[in-house]
Amino acid sequence: MTAPVLRFESVRKAFGEQVILDDVSLSVPEHSVTVLIGASGSGKSTLLRCANLLEEIDDGAIWLDGEDVTDPRVDADSVRRRIGVVFQAYNLFPHLNVLDNITLGPRRVHGVPRAEAERRAMELLDRLGLAAKAKEYPDRLSGGQQQRVALVRAIVSEPRVLLLDEITAALDPELVTEVLAVVRDLKEQGRTMVLATHEMAFARDVADQVCFLADGVILERGTSAQVFGDPQHERTRRFLSRLSEAGRL
Amino acid sequence: MAAVLFFVVTGSPGWPVTRKTFFSAHYAGEIVGPALRGLELNLELLLVCGVSALALALLLAWLRTLRGPVFLPVRMLTAAYVDFFRGMPLIVLLLIIVFGVPGLQLTGVTNDPIILGGAALTINYSAYMAEDFRVGIESVHPSQRAAARAIGLTHGQTMRFVVLPQAIRRVVPALINDLVSLQKDTGLVYIGGAIDAVAAAHIQAAASFNYTSYVVVGLMFVLLTVPVTRYADWLTRRMDRQRTQGGTV
Ligand SMILES: Nc1ncnc2c1ncn2[C@@H]1O[C@H](COP(=O)(O)OP(=O)(O)OP(=O)(O)O)[C@@H](O)[C@H]1O
Ligand SMILES: [Mg+2]
Repeated sequence: MTAPVLRFESVRKAFGEQVILDDVSLSVPEHSVTVLIGASGSGKSTLLRCANLLEEIDDGAIWLDGEDVTDPRVDADSVRRRIGVVFQAYNLFPHLNVLDNITLGPRRVHGVPRAEAERRAMELLDRLGLAAKAKEYPDRLSGGQQQRVALVRAIVSEPRVLLLDEITAALDPELVTEVLAVVRDLKEQGRTMVLATHEMAFARDVADQVCFLADGVILERGTSAQVFGDPQHERTRRFLSRLSEAGRL
Repeated sequence: MAAVLFFVVTGSPGWPVTRKTFFSAHYAGEIVGPALRGLELNLELLLVCGVSALALALLLAWLRTLRGPVFLPVRMLTAAYVDFFRGMPLIVLLLIIVFGVPGLQLTGVTNDPIILGGAALTINYSAYMAEDFRVGIESVHPSQRAAARAIGLTHGQTMRFVVLPQAIRRVVPALINDLVSLQKDTGLVYIGGAIDAVAAAHIQAAASFNYTSYVVVGLMFVLLTVPVTRYADWLTRRMDRQRTQGGTV
């Protein structure tokens, strides 16, 4: 196994009295897909937000390529530059067209010349069948298209790791497939990803590593086959059987 | 309603005299020239004070967004500035500056009533406009900031490329209304002895005991203001429409 790109080491995070993440350790190897599953409120989003330094952790450490990024002396902006994030609600910039949404980071953060940034953006858009939408504003796109643009925006600067937080949760069912297809494609390209999802069939299919979170603790982890096929923990079994009853597995 | 008012006024016992002192064609003809020359000063003040107040307001609003304990004094000072000068009646501020500053007999500081009056206008309006900008900045959803930071933009870049463009768009109607208001308030600089349109009217009225000049100058201000308010209304309506259409973010 290669050295992990991202590593959580005994991470603890509390909001006031409420402990959200408790002693969470997790290694994300390069070119692997880690899927976080668990009930609503179990701490999946918080874990991802901590990795991106949008939340400050209370104890432990988070390592990106061997660097402790939770060290207060580390420049948070320079860490975020190396991490791509896609949110549930897309969060495209409504005042910028698709192309400008994508090239803002490369141009302003990474100093890529405009022509070069646009060429790269068009390449990626083209690949996702969105080249015709390059000059459209986000509110003219469907949710699925917006989320695919958000994916392009997140990968255009070649982040070391991609964090995806329930990126299909806000989408109509018929649009989910087109977004998940992109994520599959990203996996094929060997991108390192951590994603939180309620799409269990997809999780099962795409995950190299599955973590089941409950009340801020990683209760169970293993390969997709292990966690979905032969869950060891009672709560994992209950979580999965509830989902399969609901027809979501 | 207007017709009733018209008959009440024209039927009133004092009307024949009032008509002569407020609506004399002779004096109206005489005031047009001096009033237009004075109006040039009002427009200059509008331009210079409007631009400086906008710039100052943007700076104030920007300072107020700085986070962290280091900037607490800065935030408090800007908040105090806004509260103080929004609460102070413009006419009082004007009197204090126009008569107070020359009284100090500072070397190198002007006694020019136009400049001092303009300074008072700028200070007063920058406080109003700073508040407009602040409201606009706060109306931009936090998820936009999160998305910008996730790309690796710094706080400054996030403000400049993501938050302010959206905020300013939203407050343009309010700012235009402020400018309309400022346009009228430039008429107050005559207090310090500057010869603007109102002062021209004042001079004629004092010399002739006829107040037609006030009516003429008042109408000139109205004629200047109406198109701008109409434009602001139209812009507000258009933006409301846009906002309800593009419900993303
Ligand atoms: N800023 C905050 N302040 C206080 N509590 C918070 C904050 N953010 C999250 N929480 C709490 O942390 C817990 C974990 O939230 P989190 O969003 O990480 O869960 P999740 O697993 O992503 O859930 P979901 O599946 O619904 O997205 C919840 O109980 C939530 O109420
Ligand atoms: Mg979540």
